[in-house]
Amino acid sequence: MIKTEVEIAGIKFKNPVMEGSGTFGSGMEYSEFVDLNKLGAVVTKGVANVPWPGNPTPRVCEVYGGMLNAIGLQNPGIDVFMERDLPFLEKYDTKVIVNVCGKSVADYLEVCEKLTGDSRVDALEINVSCPNVKEGAIAFGTDKKALDDITRQIKAHTDKPVIMKLTPNVTDISEMAKVAEGAGADAISLINTITGMKIDIERRRFALANKTGGMSGPAIKPVAVRMVYQASHAVSIPVIGMGGIATGDDAIEFMMAGATAVSVGMMNFVNPYATLDVIKGIEEYMTRHGIEDINEIIGCV
Amino acid sequence: MKSKSKGKVISQKILAPGIYDLEIETTLASSAHAGQFVGVFTDDASLLLPRPISICGVSDDKKSIRLVYRVAGKGTDKFSRLKEGDEVSLLGVLGNGYDTEKIKQLSNGTPGVLLLGGGIGIPPMLELAKELKAAGVKVISVMGYRDDKTFLLDEFKKYSDTYVASEDGSVGTKGNVLDAVRENNIDFGCICACGPLPMLKAIKTFAGEKTAFISLEERMACGVGACLGCVVKTTAVDHHSHVNNARICTDGPVFEASEVDL
Repeated sequence: MIKTEVEIAGIKFKNPVMEGSGTFGSGMEYSEFVDLNKLGAVVTKGVANVPWPGNPTPRVCEVYGGMLNAIGLQNPGIDVFMERDLPFLEKYDTKVIVNVCGKSVADYLEVCEKLTGDSRVDALEINVSCPNVKEGAIAFGTDKKALDDITRQIKAHTDKPVIMKLTPNVTDISEMAKVAEGAGADAISLINTITGMKIDIERRRFALANKTGGMSGPAIKPVAVRMVYQASHAVSIPVIGMGGIATGDDAIEFMMAGATAVSVGMMNFVNPYATLDVIKGIEEYMTRHGIEDINEIIGCV
Repeated sequence: MKSKSKGKVISQKILAPGIYDLEIETTLASSAHAGQFVGVFTDDASLLLPRPISICGVSDDKKSIRLVYRVAGKGTDKFSRLKEGDEVSLLGVLGNGYDTEKIKQLSNGTPGVLLLGGGIGIPPMLELAKELKAAGVKVISVMGYRDDKTFLLDEFKKYSDTYVASEDGSVGTKGNVLDAVRENNIDFGCICACGPLPMLKAIKTFAGEKTAFISLEERMACGVGACLGCVVKTTAVDHHSHVNNARICTDGPVFEASEVDL
Protein backbone atom coordinates (compact mmCIF):
# COMPACT_ATOMS: atom_id res chain seq x y z
CA MET A 1 0.00 0.00 0.00
CA ILE A 2 1.51 3.30 -1.02
CA LYS A 3 1.21 6.39 1.15
CA THR A 4 0.69 9.69 -0.59
CA GLU A 5 -0.25 11.79 2.43
CA VAL A 6 1.86 14.89 3.04
CA GLU A 7 1.79 17.43 5.83
CA ILE A 8 2.19 21.18 5.64
CA ALA A 9 1.88 23.42 8.70
CA GLY A 10 0.13 20.68 10.64
CA ILE A 11 -2.45 20.08 7.90
CA LYS A 12 -2.59 16.59 6.49
CA PHE A 13 -3.29 16.41 2.75
CA LYS A 14 -4.45 13.05 1.39
CA ASN A 15 -2.09 13.55 -1.54
CA PRO A 16 0.27 16.30 -2.62
CA VAL A 17 -1.82 17.48 -5.59
CA MET A 18 -3.66 20.81 -5.62
CA GLU A 19 -4.41 23.25 -8.40
CA GLY A 20 -2.91 26.67 -8.93
CA SER A 21 -4.91 29.65 -7.75
CA GLY A 22 -6.80 31.34 -10.57
CA THR A 23 -6.92 28.29 -12.83
CA PHE A 24 -9.77 26.52 -11.06
CA GLY A 25 -12.16 29.18 -9.73
CA SER A 26 -13.48 27.83 -6.43
CA GLY A 27 -13.76 24.38 -7.95
CA MET A 28 -17.35 24.69 -9.17
CA GLU A 29 -16.59 24.82 -12.88
CA TYR A 30 -14.17 21.89 -12.80
CA SER A 31 -16.35 19.79 -10.49
CA GLU A 32 -18.07 18.72 -13.73
CA PHE A 33 -14.81 17.03 -14.72
CA VAL A 34 -13.04 16.25 -11.44
CA ASP A 35 -14.26 14.67 -8.21
CA LEU A 36 -12.92 17.32 -5.83
CA ASN A 37 -12.82 14.72 -3.05
CA LYS A 38 -9.82 13.20 -4.80
CA LEU A 39 -7.67 16.34 -4.56
CA GLY A 40 -5.18 17.08 -1.80
CA ALA A 41 -6.63 20.57 -1.64
CA VAL A 42 -8.59 23.13 -3.61
CA VAL A 43 -6.76 26.45 -3.84
CA THR A 44 -9.25 29.19 -4.65
CA LYS A 45 -8.97 32.08 -7.06
CA GLY A 46 -7.59 35.19 -5.32
CA VAL A 47 -10.20 36.95 -3.23
CA ALA A 48 -9.99 40.58 -2.10
CA ASN A 49 -11.89 42.56 0.52
CA VAL A 50 -14.20 44.01 -2.15
CA PRO A 51 -15.14 42.90 -5.71
CA TRP A 52 -12.46 43.62 -8.33
CA PRO A 53 -13.45 44.04 -11.99
CA GLY A 54 -10.08 42.96 -13.41
CA ASN A 55 -8.39 44.19 -16.58
CA PRO A 56 -9.75 45.03 -20.05
CA THR A 57 -9.81 42.27 -22.71
CA PRO A 58 -8.00 40.59 -24.39
CA ARG A 59 -6.80 39.10 -21.12
CA VAL A 60 -5.29 35.88 -22.41
CA CYS A 61 -3.19 34.71 -25.32
CA GLU A 62 -1.33 31.60 -26.27
CA VAL A 63 2.46 31.47 -26.48
CA TYR A 64 4.80 28.63 -27.41
CA GLY A 65 4.17 25.84 -24.92
CA GLY A 66 2.11 28.02 -22.63
CA MET A 67 0.03 31.15 -22.31
CA LEU A 68 0.04 34.69 -21.01
CA ASN A 69 -2.72 36.00 -18.81
CA ALA A 70 -3.54 39.42 -17.47
CA ILE A 71 -6.89 38.76 -15.84
CA GLY A 72 -6.17 41.32 -13.14
CA LEU A 73 -7.68 39.29 -10.30
CA GLN A 74 -11.36 39.74 -11.14
CA ASN A 75 -13.16 38.42 -8.07
CA PRO A 76 -16.45 38.91 -6.23
CA GLY A 77 -14.91 39.96 -2.91
CA ILE A 78 -14.78 38.11 0.38
CA ASP A 79 -18.45 38.51 1.35
CA VAL A 80 -19.87 36.77 -1.73
CA PHE A 81 -17.05 34.26 -1.51
CA MET A 82 -17.99 33.31 2.04
CA GLU A 83 -21.70 33.10 1.26
CA ARG A 84 -21.43 31.17 -1.98
CA ASP A 85 -18.04 29.54 -2.54
CA LEU A 86 -17.21 28.27 0.94
CA PRO A 87 -20.56 26.47 1.38
CA PHE A 88 -19.90 24.78 -1.98
CA LEU A 89 -16.41 23.67 -0.95
CA GLU A 90 -17.57 22.55 2.49
CA LYS A 91 -19.42 19.66 0.86
CA TYR A 92 -16.16 18.05 -0.22
CA ASP A 93 -13.66 15.98 1.71
CA THR A 94 -10.65 18.04 0.67
CA LYS A 95 -8.61 20.82 2.22
CA VAL A 96 -9.46 24.39 1.31
CA ILE A 97 -6.74 26.97 0.81
CA VAL A 98 -8.04 30.48 0.21
CA ASN A 99 -5.84 32.69 -1.92
CA VAL A 100 -5.93 36.28 -0.65
CA CYS A 101 -5.12 39.39 -2.68
CA GLY A 102 -5.20 43.09 -1.96
CA LYS A 103 -4.03 46.54 -3.00
CA SER A 104 -2.90 47.52 0.46
CA VAL A 105 -1.88 45.63 3.60
CA ALA A 106 -5.21 46.69 5.12
CA ASP A 107 -7.09 44.96 2.24
CA TYR A 108 -5.30 41.69 2.92
CA LEU A 109 -5.87 41.96 6.65
CA GLU A 110 -9.58 42.57 6.17
CA VAL A 111 -9.92 39.32 4.21
CA CYS A 112 -7.76 37.38 6.68
CA GLU A 113 -9.74 38.66 9.64
CA LYS A 114 -13.06 37.69 8.06
CA LEU A 115 -11.79 34.15 7.62
CA THR A 116 -10.41 33.89 11.14
CA GLY A 117 -12.17 31.16 13.05
CA ASP A 118 -13.96 29.90 9.93
CA SER A 119 -13.61 26.14 10.10
CA ARG A 120 -14.34 25.81 6.38
CA VAL A 121 -10.88 27.23 5.61
CA ASP A 122 -7.71 25.23 6.28
CA ALA A 123 -5.03 27.70 5.23
CA LEU A 124 -4.45 31.02 3.54
CA GLU A 125 -2.24 31.53 0.53
CA ILE A 126 -1.15 35.14 0.27
CA ASN A 127 -0.81 36.48 -3.26
CA VAL A 128 2.20 38.78 -3.21
CA SER A 129 3.11 37.80 -6.73
CA CYS A 130 0.41 38.62 -9.32
CA PRO A 131 2.16 40.65 -12.05
CA ASN A 132 -1.04 42.02 -13.57
CA VAL A 133 -2.35 44.59 -11.12
CA LYS A 134 -1.08 48.12 -10.67
CA GLU A 135 -1.23 48.18 -6.89
CA GLY A 136 -0.48 45.51 -4.33
CA ALA A 137 0.26 41.85 -5.11
CA ILE A 138 3.68 41.69 -6.81
CA ALA A 139 4.71 45.00 -5.23
CA PHE A 140 4.82 43.14 -1.89
CA GLY A 141 6.63 40.15 -3.30
CA THR A 142 9.56 41.88 -4.98
CA ASP A 143 10.70 44.03 -2.06
CA LYS A 144 12.23 42.29 0.96
CA LYS A 145 11.06 44.86 3.47
CA ALA A 146 7.50 44.91 2.11
CA LEU A 147 7.37 41.10 2.06
CA ASP A 148 8.63 40.94 5.63
CA ASP A 149 6.11 43.52 6.78
CA ILE A 150 3.02 42.03 5.12
CA THR A 151 3.91 38.50 6.22
CA ARG A 152 4.30 39.61 9.85
CA GLN A 153 1.07 41.59 9.83
CA ILE A 154 -0.95 38.76 8.29
CA LYS A 155 0.49 36.27 10.78
CA ALA A 156 -0.61 38.57 13.59
CA HIS A 157 -4.16 38.79 12.21
CA THR A 158 -5.06 35.18 11.48
CA ASP A 159 -5.30 31.83 13.20
CA LYS A 160 -4.77 29.99 9.89
CA PRO A 161 -1.50 28.68 8.53
CA VAL A 162 -0.05 31.24 6.11
CA ILE A 163 1.47 30.26 2.78
CA MET A 164 3.25 33.09 1.01
CA LYS A 165 3.01 32.70 -2.77
CA LEU A 166 6.21 34.02 -4.28
CA THR A 167 6.98 35.52 -7.66
CA PRO A 168 9.78 34.34 -9.94
CA ASN A 169 10.27 37.95 -11.07
CA VAL A 170 13.04 38.61 -8.55
CA THR A 171 16.82 38.51 -8.63
CA ASP A 172 17.26 35.90 -5.92
CA ILE A 173 14.35 33.63 -4.96
CA SER A 174 16.32 32.19 -2.00
CA GLU A 175 16.44 35.61 -0.38
CA MET A 176 12.68 36.12 -0.73
CA ALA A 177 12.00 32.63 0.64
CA LYS A 178 14.19 33.38 3.67
CA VAL A 179 12.38 36.68 4.27
CA ALA A 180 9.01 34.92 4.25
CA GLU A 181 10.27 32.24 6.62
CA GLY A 182 11.89 34.82 8.92
CA ALA A 183 8.62 36.77 9.11
CA GLY A 184 6.74 33.70 10.25
CA ALA A 185 5.29 32.16 7.09
CA ASP A 186 4.24 28.55 7.62
CA ALA A 187 4.99 27.60 4.03
CA ILE A 188 5.77 29.13 0.66
CA SER A 189 4.38 28.38 -2.78
CA LEU A 190 6.07 29.11 -6.08
CA ILE A 191 6.26 30.01 -8.84
CA ASN A 192 3.59 32.47 -9.79
CA THR A 193 3.71 33.49 -13.46
CA ILE A 194 6.72 34.99 -15.20
CA THR A 195 6.06 38.44 -16.66
CA GLY A 196 5.97 38.27 -20.42
CA MET A 197 4.75 40.04 -23.54
CA LYS A 198 3.42 39.09 -26.95
CA ILE A 199 3.01 41.36 -29.94
CA ASP A 200 0.55 40.67 -32.74
CA ILE A 201 2.77 41.54 -35.70
CA GLU A 202 -0.10 41.50 -38.21
CA ARG A 203 -2.00 44.18 -36.32
CA ARG A 204 1.06 45.92 -34.80
CA ARG A 205 -0.56 45.64 -31.39
CA PHE A 206 0.05 44.06 -28.02
CA ALA A 207 -1.72 40.72 -27.81
CA LEU A 208 -2.99 41.65 -24.34
CA ALA A 209 -4.80 44.86 -23.47
CA ASN A 210 -2.57 45.06 -20.39
CA LYS A 211 0.51 44.86 -22.67
CA THR A 212 2.27 42.48 -20.26
CA GLY A 213 0.95 39.28 -18.78
CA GLY A 214 2.02 36.36 -16.63
CA MET A 215 3.40 33.38 -18.49
CA SER A 216 2.44 29.89 -17.41
CA GLY A 217 2.44 26.41 -18.88
CA PRO A 218 4.95 23.65 -19.63
CA ALA A 219 7.40 26.11 -21.21
CA ILE A 220 8.17 27.63 -17.77
CA LYS A 221 8.64 24.32 -15.96
CA PRO A 222 12.46 24.24 -15.91
CA VAL A 223 12.53 27.74 -14.42
CA ALA A 224 10.03 26.66 -11.78
CA VAL A 225 11.91 23.48 -10.90
CA ARG A 226 15.12 25.47 -10.48
CA MET A 227 13.43 28.04 -8.23
CA VAL A 228 11.68 25.39 -6.13
CA TYR A 229 15.05 23.71 -5.67
CA GLN A 230 16.74 26.97 -4.64
CA ALA A 231 13.94 28.12 -2.34
CA SER A 232 13.45 24.76 -0.64
CA HIS A 233 17.14 24.51 0.10
CA ALA A 234 17.21 28.02 1.57
CA VAL A 235 14.42 27.47 4.12
CA SER A 236 13.13 24.77 6.41
CA ILE A 237 9.41 25.49 5.94
CA PRO A 238 7.54 23.39 3.34
CA VAL A 239 7.36 24.46 -0.29
CA ILE A 240 4.41 23.98 -2.64
CA GLY A 241 5.82 23.77 -6.16
CA MET A 242 4.13 24.75 -9.40
CA GLY A 243 4.85 25.90 -12.93
CA GLY A 244 3.81 23.91 -15.98
CA ILE A 245 2.95 20.65 -14.24
CA ALA A 246 1.05 18.37 -16.62
CA THR A 247 1.85 14.82 -15.52
CA GLY A 248 2.72 12.70 -12.51
CA ASP A 249 6.32 12.67 -13.68
CA ASP A 250 6.37 16.48 -13.62
CA ALA A 251 5.04 16.42 -10.06
CA ILE A 252 7.70 13.91 -9.01
CA GLU A 253 10.36 16.19 -10.52
CA PHE A 254 9.14 19.14 -8.41
CA MET A 255 9.06 16.98 -5.29
CA MET A 256 12.58 15.73 -5.89
CA ALA A 257 13.60 19.38 -6.24
CA GLY A 258 12.20 19.94 -2.75
CA ALA A 259 8.46 20.53 -2.98
CA THR A 260 6.23 18.90 -0.36
CA ALA A 261 3.16 19.41 -2.54
CA VAL A 262 2.45 20.55 -6.08
CA SER A 263 -0.16 22.54 -7.97
CA VAL A 264 -1.51 22.05 -11.47
CA GLY A 265 -2.17 25.40 -13.12
CA MET A 266 -2.56 26.20 -16.79
CA MET A 267 -2.75 22.53 -17.75
CA ASN A 268 -6.27 22.39 -16.28
CA PHE A 269 -7.29 24.42 -19.34
CA VAL A 270 -5.67 21.94 -21.69
CA ASN A 271 -6.77 18.83 -19.86
CA PRO A 272 -9.62 19.36 -17.40
CA TYR A 273 -8.75 16.02 -15.83
CA ALA A 274 -5.09 17.04 -15.34
CA THR A 275 -5.20 17.02 -11.52
CA LEU A 276 -6.52 13.45 -11.48
CA ASP A 277 -4.00 12.37 -14.11
CA VAL A 278 -1.18 13.82 -11.99
CA ILE A 279 -2.39 11.93 -8.89
CA LYS A 280 -2.58 8.72 -10.89
CA GLY A 281 0.83 9.36 -12.43
CA ILE A 282 2.42 9.88 -9.01
CA GLU A 283 0.96 6.59 -7.78
CA GLU A 284 2.18 4.79 -10.88
CA TYR A 285 5.66 6.21 -10.42
CA MET A 286 5.69 5.08 -6.78
CA THR A 287 4.58 1.58 -7.71
CA ARG A 288 7.11 1.40 -10.54
CA HIS A 289 9.94 2.40 -8.23
CA GLY A 290 8.81 0.57 -5.11
CA ILE A 291 8.30 3.77 -3.11
CA GLU A 292 6.02 3.24 -0.12
CA ASP A 293 5.85 6.80 1.17
CA ILE A 294 5.87 9.85 -1.11
CA ASN A 295 7.72 11.77 1.59
CA GLU A 296 10.80 9.67 0.79
CA ILE A 297 11.40 11.50 -2.46
CA ILE A 298 10.97 15.09 -1.24
CA GLY A 299 14.24 16.89 -1.93
CA CYS A 300 16.03 13.62 -2.69
CA VAL A 301 18.29 14.99 -5.42
CA MET B 1 -22.26 17.39 -18.51
CA LYS B 2 -19.13 18.78 -20.15
CA SER B 3 -16.24 16.54 -21.11
CA LYS B 4 -13.05 16.38 -23.10
CA SER B 5 -13.03 13.48 -25.47
CA LYS B 6 -11.77 12.32 -28.82
CA GLY B 7 -13.89 12.74 -31.90
CA LYS B 8 -13.36 11.14 -35.29
CA VAL B 9 -13.27 13.14 -38.49
CA ILE B 10 -15.98 12.03 -40.91
CA SER B 11 -15.15 14.49 -43.65
CA GLN B 12 -13.57 17.84 -44.42
CA LYS B 13 -14.33 20.09 -47.39
CA ILE B 14 -13.33 23.57 -48.49
CA LEU B 15 -16.38 25.82 -48.92
CA ALA B 16 -14.62 29.01 -50.00
CA PRO B 17 -11.03 30.29 -49.86
CA GLY B 18 -9.87 29.72 -46.26
CA ILE B 19 -13.29 28.44 -45.13
CA TYR B 20 -13.37 24.79 -44.08
CA ASP B 21 -16.27 22.47 -43.30
CA LEU B 22 -15.38 19.74 -40.80
CA GLU B 23 -17.76 16.97 -39.77
CA ILE B 24 -16.76 15.12 -36.59
CA GLU B 25 -18.32 12.09 -34.99
CA THR B 26 -18.47 12.82 -31.25
CA THR B 27 -20.52 11.92 -28.21
CA LEU B 28 -20.77 15.67 -27.56
CA ALA B 29 -23.28 15.89 -30.41
CA SER B 30 -26.00 14.34 -28.26
CA SER B 31 -26.37 17.50 -26.19
CA ALA B 32 -25.22 20.16 -28.67
CA HIS B 33 -27.48 22.88 -29.98
CA ALA B 34 -27.47 26.17 -31.84
CA GLY B 35 -25.23 28.93 -30.49
CA GLN B 36 -23.01 26.62 -28.48
CA PHE B 37 -19.39 25.89 -29.29
CA VAL B 38 -16.65 23.37 -28.71
CA GLY B 39 -12.98 23.76 -27.82
CA VAL B 40 -10.87 22.07 -30.47
CA PHE B 41 -7.33 20.96 -29.63
CA THR B 42 -4.37 20.58 -31.94
CA ASP B 43 -1.96 17.67 -31.56
CA ASP B 44 0.93 20.15 -31.28
CA ALA B 45 2.22 20.62 -27.71
CA SER B 46 3.35 24.15 -28.54
CA LEU B 47 -0.27 25.15 -29.27
CA LEU B 48 -1.92 24.06 -26.07
CA LEU B 49 -5.14 25.97 -25.68
CA PRO B 50 -8.44 24.82 -27.16
CA ARG B 51 -9.73 26.90 -30.10
CA PRO B 52 -13.35 27.90 -29.54
CA ILE B 53 -15.32 27.06 -32.68
CA SER B 54 -19.07 27.49 -33.05
CA ILE B 55 -21.34 24.61 -33.96
CA CYS B 56 -22.65 24.98 -37.51
CA GLY B 57 -24.70 21.82 -37.45
CA VAL B 58 -25.74 18.81 -35.43
CA SER B 59 -26.58 15.67 -37.40
CA ASP B 60 -30.16 14.40 -37.24
CA ASP B 61 -29.00 11.24 -35.45
CA LYS B 62 -27.16 13.43 -32.89
CA LYS B 63 -23.92 11.57 -33.50
CA SER B 64 -21.84 14.21 -35.23
CA ILE B 65 -21.26 17.93 -35.27
CA ARG B 66 -20.26 20.18 -38.09
CA LEU B 67 -17.73 22.98 -37.65
CA VAL B 68 -17.32 25.61 -40.34
CA TYR B 69 -14.31 27.78 -39.58
CA ARG B 70 -11.85 30.17 -41.16
CA VAL B 71 -8.14 29.46 -41.11
CA ALA B 72 -6.87 32.37 -39.06
CA GLY B 73 -3.67 31.11 -37.48
CA LYS B 74 -1.49 28.12 -36.68
CA GLY B 75 -4.21 26.21 -34.81
CA THR B 76 -6.90 26.46 -37.47
CA ASP B 77 -4.25 25.76 -40.11
CA LYS B 78 -3.62 22.44 -38.34
CA PHE B 79 -7.34 21.70 -38.30
CA SER B 80 -7.54 22.33 -42.04
CA ARG B 81 -5.22 19.34 -42.56
CA LEU B 82 -7.49 16.89 -40.72
CA LYS B 83 -8.72 14.06 -42.90
CA GLU B 84 -11.37 11.37 -42.72
CA GLY B 85 -10.60 8.94 -39.91
CA ASP B 86 -8.28 11.32 -37.99
CA GLU B 87 -8.88 11.77 -34.29
CA VAL B 88 -9.36 15.22 -32.79
CA SER B 89 -9.78 16.17 -29.13
CA LEU B 90 -12.81 18.26 -28.27
CA LEU B 91 -13.93 20.03 -25.12
CA GLY B 92 -17.64 20.62 -24.88
CA VAL B 93 -20.37 21.31 -25.21
CA LEU B 94 -19.61 24.90 -24.20
CA GLY B 95 -21.70 28.03 -23.83
CA ASN B 96 -25.38 28.74 -23.33
CA GLY B 97 -26.59 28.69 -26.92
CA TYR B 98 -29.75 30.31 -28.25
CA ASP B 99 -32.98 30.04 -26.27
CA THR B 100 -35.23 28.89 -29.10
CA GLU B 101 -38.39 29.00 -26.96
CA LYS B 102 -37.82 32.63 -26.08
CA ILE B 103 -36.96 33.47 -29.67
CA LYS B 104 -40.15 31.76 -30.81
CA GLN B 105 -42.23 33.94 -28.49
CA LEU B 106 -40.44 37.12 -29.57
CA SER B 107 -40.59 36.26 -33.28
CA ASN B 108 -44.23 37.22 -32.95
CA GLY B 109 -45.67 34.90 -35.58
CA THR B 110 -45.87 36.50 -38.99
CA PRO B 111 -42.87 38.86 -39.00
CA GLY B 112 -40.61 36.04 -37.78
CA VAL B 113 -37.05 36.06 -36.59
CA LEU B 114 -34.29 37.80 -38.47
CA LEU B 115 -30.95 35.96 -38.49
CA LEU B 116 -27.96 38.12 -39.31
CA GLY B 117 -24.56 36.56 -39.96
CA GLY B 118 -21.37 38.30 -40.96
CA GLY B 119 -18.30 36.49 -42.28
CA ILE B 120 -17.26 33.67 -40.00
CA GLY B 121 -20.27 34.57 -37.83
CA ILE B 122 -22.45 32.94 -40.50
CA PRO B 123 -21.93 29.24 -39.64
CA PRO B 124 -23.62 29.19 -36.19
CA MET B 125 -26.73 30.80 -37.69
CA LEU B 126 -27.32 27.75 -39.89
CA GLU B 127 -28.02 25.35 -37.01
CA LEU B 128 -30.17 28.08 -35.46
CA ALA B 129 -32.18 28.45 -38.68
CA LYS B 130 -32.68 24.69 -38.74
CA GLU B 131 -33.78 24.47 -35.10
CA LEU B 132 -36.10 27.47 -35.38
CA LYS B 133 -37.75 26.16 -38.53
CA ALA B 134 -38.27 22.81 -36.80
CA ALA B 135 -39.91 24.70 -33.92
CA GLY B 136 -42.33 26.29 -36.38
CA VAL B 137 -40.80 29.75 -36.41
CA LYS B 138 -40.69 31.86 -39.55
CA VAL B 139 -37.03 32.56 -40.32
CA ILE B 140 -35.50 35.29 -42.47
CA SER B 141 -31.75 35.06 -43.01
CA VAL B 142 -29.50 37.87 -44.15
CA MET B 143 -25.91 36.83 -44.58
CA GLY B 144 -23.05 39.21 -45.27
CA TYR B 145 -19.88 38.30 -47.16
CA ARG B 146 -16.80 40.20 -48.33
CA ASP B 147 -17.33 39.30 -51.98
CA ASP B 148 -18.83 36.61 -54.21
CA LYS B 149 -17.00 33.83 -52.34
CA THR B 150 -20.14 32.91 -50.44
CA PHE B 151 -20.70 29.75 -48.41
CA LEU B 152 -23.66 27.87 -46.85
CA LEU B 153 -26.20 30.00 -48.74
CA ASP B 154 -28.02 27.09 -50.38
CA GLU B 155 -28.47 25.51 -46.99
CA PHE B 156 -29.95 28.67 -45.47
CA LYS B 157 -32.50 28.62 -48.28
CA LYS B 158 -33.81 25.27 -46.98
CA TYR B 159 -34.82 26.82 -43.68
CA SER B 160 -35.46 30.48 -44.38
CA ASP B 161 -36.16 33.36 -46.73
CA THR B 162 -32.57 34.22 -47.55
CA TYR B 163 -30.98 37.53 -48.51
CA VAL B 164 -27.35 38.35 -49.18
CA ALA B 165 -25.07 41.33 -48.76
CA SER B 166 -21.50 41.68 -49.95
CA GLU B 167 -19.02 44.41 -49.19
CA ASP B 168 -17.98 44.74 -52.82
CA GLY B 169 -21.52 44.43 -54.19
CA SER B 170 -20.70 41.31 -56.24
CA VAL B 171 -23.70 39.45 -54.78
CA GLY B 172 -26.89 40.78 -53.24
CA THR B 173 -26.99 44.18 -51.65
CA LYS B 174 -23.76 46.18 -51.75
CA GLY B 175 -22.83 46.86 -48.16
CA ASN B 176 -23.50 45.07 -44.89
CA VAL B 177 -26.36 42.94 -43.59
CA LEU B 178 -28.25 45.97 -42.27
CA ASP B 179 -28.06 47.62 -45.70
CA ALA B 180 -29.73 44.46 -47.06
CA VAL B 181 -32.42 44.52 -44.36
CA ARG B 182 -33.26 48.14 -45.22
CA GLU B 183 -33.12 47.65 -48.99
CA ASN B 184 -35.56 44.73 -48.78
CA ASN B 185 -37.82 46.35 -46.15
CA ILE B 186 -37.59 43.25 -43.98
CA ASP B 187 -39.91 43.18 -40.99
CA PHE B 188 -39.06 41.05 -37.95
CA GLY B 189 -40.10 40.22 -34.40
CA CYS B 190 -36.58 39.81 -33.04
CA ILE B 191 -32.99 39.44 -34.20
CA CYS B 192 -30.30 36.80 -33.71
CA ALA B 193 -26.85 37.77 -34.88
CA CYS B 194 -23.24 36.68 -35.00
CA GLY B 195 -20.38 38.50 -36.66
CA PRO B 196 -17.62 41.04 -36.14
CA LEU B 197 -17.92 43.53 -33.28
CA PRO B 198 -18.71 46.63 -35.43
CA MET B 199 -21.60 44.70 -37.01
CA LEU B 200 -22.96 43.66 -33.60
CA LYS B 201 -22.70 47.24 -32.32
CA ALA B 202 -24.68 48.48 -35.34
CA ILE B 203 -27.29 45.75 -34.83
CA LYS B 204 -27.69 46.69 -31.18
CA THR B 205 -28.56 50.25 -32.22
CA PHE B 206 -30.69 49.12 -35.17
CA ALA B 207 -32.80 46.74 -33.05
CA GLY B 208 -34.10 49.66 -30.99
CA GLU B 209 -37.03 48.45 -28.90
CA LYS B 210 -36.90 44.94 -30.33
CA THR B 211 -34.81 42.21 -28.79
CA ALA B 212 -31.53 41.26 -30.43
CA PHE B 213 -29.67 38.16 -29.30
CA ILE B 214 -26.02 38.47 -30.23
CA SER B 215 -23.27 35.90 -30.07
CA LEU B 216 -19.93 37.25 -28.88
CA GLU B 217 -16.38 36.03 -29.18
CA GLU B 218 -13.23 36.79 -27.23
CA ARG B 219 -9.82 35.25 -26.61
CA MET B 220 -10.47 32.29 -24.32
CA ALA B 221 -8.36 29.95 -22.24
CA CYS B 222 -10.34 27.44 -20.15
CA GLY B 223 -13.68 27.72 -21.99
CA VAL B 224 -15.57 26.58 -18.88
CA GLY B 225 -15.87 29.75 -16.81
CA ALA B 226 -12.95 29.27 -14.44
CA CYS B 227 -10.15 31.51 -15.73
CA LEU B 228 -12.16 34.70 -16.33
CA GLY B 229 -10.19 35.39 -19.49
CA CYS B 230 -13.14 36.10 -21.80
CA VAL B 231 -15.40 38.69 -20.27
CA VAL B 232 -17.77 41.32 -21.64
CA LYS B 233 -19.00 44.39 -19.81
CA THR B 234 -22.60 44.02 -18.74
CA THR B 235 -25.17 46.67 -17.87
CA ALA B 236 -26.27 44.76 -14.76
CA VAL B 237 -24.12 43.18 -12.06
CA ASP B 238 -22.95 39.77 -13.26
CA HIS B 239 -23.85 36.80 -11.10
CA HIS B 240 -20.35 35.33 -10.89
CA SER B 241 -18.00 38.15 -9.89
CA HIS B 242 -20.55 40.90 -9.15
CA VAL B 243 -18.52 43.42 -11.16
CA ASN B 244 -20.48 43.88 -14.44
CA ASN B 245 -18.18 41.49 -16.29
CA ALA B 246 -19.91 38.36 -17.58
CA ARG B 247 -18.02 35.33 -18.83
CA ILE B 248 -18.56 34.91 -22.56
CA CYS B 249 -17.73 31.20 -22.47
CA THR B 250 -20.35 30.24 -19.89
CA ASP B 251 -22.78 33.14 -19.33
CA GLY B 252 -22.73 33.56 -23.14
CA PRO B 253 -21.69 33.48 -25.89
CA VAL B 254 -25.29 34.51 -26.61
CA PHE B 255 -26.44 37.65 -24.83
CA GLU B 256 -29.35 40.01 -25.27
CA ALA B 257 -27.74 43.06 -26.85
CA SER B 258 -29.29 45.32 -24.20
CA GLU B 259 -27.46 43.37 -21.47
CA VAL B 260 -23.96 44.05 -22.76
CA ASP B 261 -21.84 47.13 -23.21
CA LEU B 262 -20.00 46.61 -26.50
